[in-house]
Amino acid sequence: MKNKKQLFIFDPAYRGRTASFTLVIAAYVILQALRSSGNLSSLFASLLVPVTCYIVAAIGLNLNVSVSGELNLGQAGFMSVGAFTAVCVSGRLVAAVSAGIPRLIISILCGAVIAALFGFAIGVPVLKLQGDYLAIVTLAFGQIIKSLITNMYLGFDENGFQFSFVENKCSLAPGGKMLLNGPMGATGTQRIANFTAGTVLIIIALIIVYNLIYSKSGRAIMACRDNRIAAELTGIHIANTKMLSFVVSAGLAGAAGALYGLNYSTLVPNKFDFNTSILILVYVVLGGLGNMTGTIISTIVLVLLPELLRSLQDYRMLIYAIVLILIMLITNNEKVKTMTKSLRSRFAAGRGADKKEAA
Amino acid sequence: MKNHGLVKKVLAALMAVSMMAALTACGGSGSSGSADSAEAAPAAEASAEAAGGVIKIGGSGPLTGGAAVYGTAVKDAAELAVAEINAKGGQQFELRFEDDAHDAEKAVTAYGALKDWGMQISLCTVTSSPGAAAAPLYDEDNIFAITPSGSSLAVIYQDADNAANPYGNIFQMCFTDPNQGVASADYLAAHPDLGSKVAVIYKNDDNYSSGVFNKFKAESEVKGLEIVYDGTFDDSNASDFSVQLTKAQAAGADILFLPIYYEPASLILTQANQMGYAPTVFGIDGMDGILTLEGFDTSLAEGVYLLTPFSADATDDLTKNFVENYKAKKDGEIPNQFAADAYDCIYAIAQAVEAAGITADMSASEICDKLVGQFTSMTFNGLTGQNVTWSETGEVSKSPKAVVIQGGVYVGVED
Repeated sequence: MKNKKQLFIFDPAYRGRTASFTLVIAAYVILQALRSSGNLSSLFASLLVPVTCYIVAAIGLNLNVSVSGELNLGQAGFMSVGAFTAVCVSGRLVAAVSAGIPRLIISILCGAVIAALFGFAIGVPVLKLQGDYLAIVTLAFGQIIKSLITNMYLGFDENGFQFSFVENKCSLAPGGKMLLNGPMGATGTQRIANFTAGTVLIIIALIIVYNLIYSKSGRAIMACRDNRIAAELTGIHIANTKMLSFVVSAGLAGAAGALYGLNYSTLVPNKFDFNTSILILVYVVLGGLGNMTGTIISTIVLVLLPELLRSLQDYRMLIYAIVLILIMLITNNEKVKTMTKSLRSRFAAGRGADKKEAA
Repeated sequence: MKNHGLVKKVLAALMAVSMMAALTACGGSGSSGSADSAEAAPAAEASAEAAGGVIKIGGSGPLTGGAAVYGTAVKDAAELAVAEINAKGGQQFELRFEDDAHDAEKAVTAYGALKDWGMQISLCTVTSSPGAAAAPLYDEDNIFAITPSGSSLAVIYQDADNAANPYGNIFQMCFTDPNQGVASADYLAAHPDLGSKVAVIYKNDDNYSSGVFNKFKAESEVKGLEIVYDGTFDDSNASDFSVQLTKAQAAGADILFLPIYYEPASLILTQANQMGYAPTVFGIDGMDGILTLEGFDTSLAEGVYLLTPFSADATDDLTKNFVENYKAKKDGEIPNQFAADAYDCIYAIAQAVEAAGITADMSASEICDKLVGQFTSMTFNGLTGQNVTWSETGEVSKSPKAVVIQGGVYVGVED
């Protein structure tokens, strides 16, 4: 018997969504309460914004990897594009828009749009192909973006913008500002990002991703993943459908990068290297493909873990590696799997009994 | 979507609860957690009570990752200096050094960890871009910081492009990058006997290297020094320099300026030797350490000029003493200029603390104001220079010494 008047958040079909939003909002409320009462240590306060950034990037990647079934090894490249775009936009608008919040919103939007455009440009040729080409191309994209930004010089003064490549030829009037300074990246950025903005960004990312997954387009994306030929026969345009999820994923990475860039006074292109891409992929894989709540939790755990182990000093990275391996082993252990399965069925049985009684 | 939300929900709740517990536990343990976790010298712990409390010095640097060699050098030398000062009696210090993996993000969290520990004075960071990220935090909380080796202008200036708005409470023990570039160009221009056509090979994804090169180039134009070739490399191709060397040779360069660290420099020297190309090689402080590099034929470094504030072969008592103790601590490893700068930082702090009458019960902000006053007015004699002074912007004023490698040791060059 289905109770049609049930509130939608209690509907089993929406369970994943409800869990995600509850987790994010509860964590936000508790952390803000801790912070305002002075109980949150400086160490954790400094981790709040980067954690939200990684969560947003991981949610985006999860959409692309699990729902669309395309491997993306260059998520950090899109973060880089978003971050440097946002830092430049924010640096340029310091005088015009002095208030932090509007400037933050404008910068994040610009970062997301530019990163999505890059995603579109990559997707046009690659998503028409069958196979793992997207993984190869995004891997290359991440490296190329890093090298490009390392060699870019962009400054502006009262006479307007100056740009040079490879060699710094900008000669700025006094009072001018280098927005991008080659390998030094961006320095002197105003730190306008905050935890509230990060949480709002996560919620927006979740709304976008869940709405996409449960929409007609979302079902089309999954159909392309599961059976390309059958999907094509039903009239789905494969490349365009995959493009939708890839561009959204890139845009979310751009927004995450933008928030990240605006949280530090300095940002170097080397930060967004291949290791960062893989790290985000690890968050996604460990959290479970297609499972947004899992992604959020695994990101939090994996970012916090090395910081919690700081007291172990020299053994820190050693223990971190061991813990990572243990998590991988335990979550894949057959016994643990059967145990969770039996637990789940017992819960399900209990609920079934409740329903019978209610009926 | 598979429907197995409930178990995950339970797990999520458990995870969230355990994390909250961890958060609050860490939040409340500002000082109690430090006793077991800080790697303080045993002597400091024992005599701390007698001297009326210890002053807590924090610092961060890369202890893991590619730049770990610099971070560990700074950490060990700073620990050595703290142990020596504590052994003398008087005001006691305790050092806690956190890992930042040469990453701005980690440097900010390391700063948070140090602040939770109750840091009163700081060694800032070892490398530049983490330093630039942590600097505004030191400024906000008004904690005194002196970096041994964060040489970028962005560490001490809010507006590094115009060298304007210094933070005022962040000082440097090393030369700034621009200073080294200018000093190198001036030296080469003043010594035309070394050669007249300069080739430069620098690392273009490195702050330090490209920072020095840009100023060197600007100053060369002013002084009429001819740069016939400049070649770059980065992390991914730092092993083969035959292309750059061939081009430099073809351009007829008789001086090779290498504003880079000693590991790639050693490869350049080896490969130039194999090609039979023998220009006069000129390096800066990053070149220091080349004589102690394992597996490198030091005869190739003969005749290399470098500007360095420190040489491990100096014969004064201070240097001899430091090198001996450092070698004893690190199984015979010879200290480089990072270690020497860190050692000087601790001694400079100790000197200023004593002169200003700072005690351990003062707040970090109070200590900061007093130390800033001391540093801008005092003169310091250390390993890396005599009569060292600091300006109000935090820049150090000491003269780089030009040395040439002869017979496997540094020999001072008279101007």
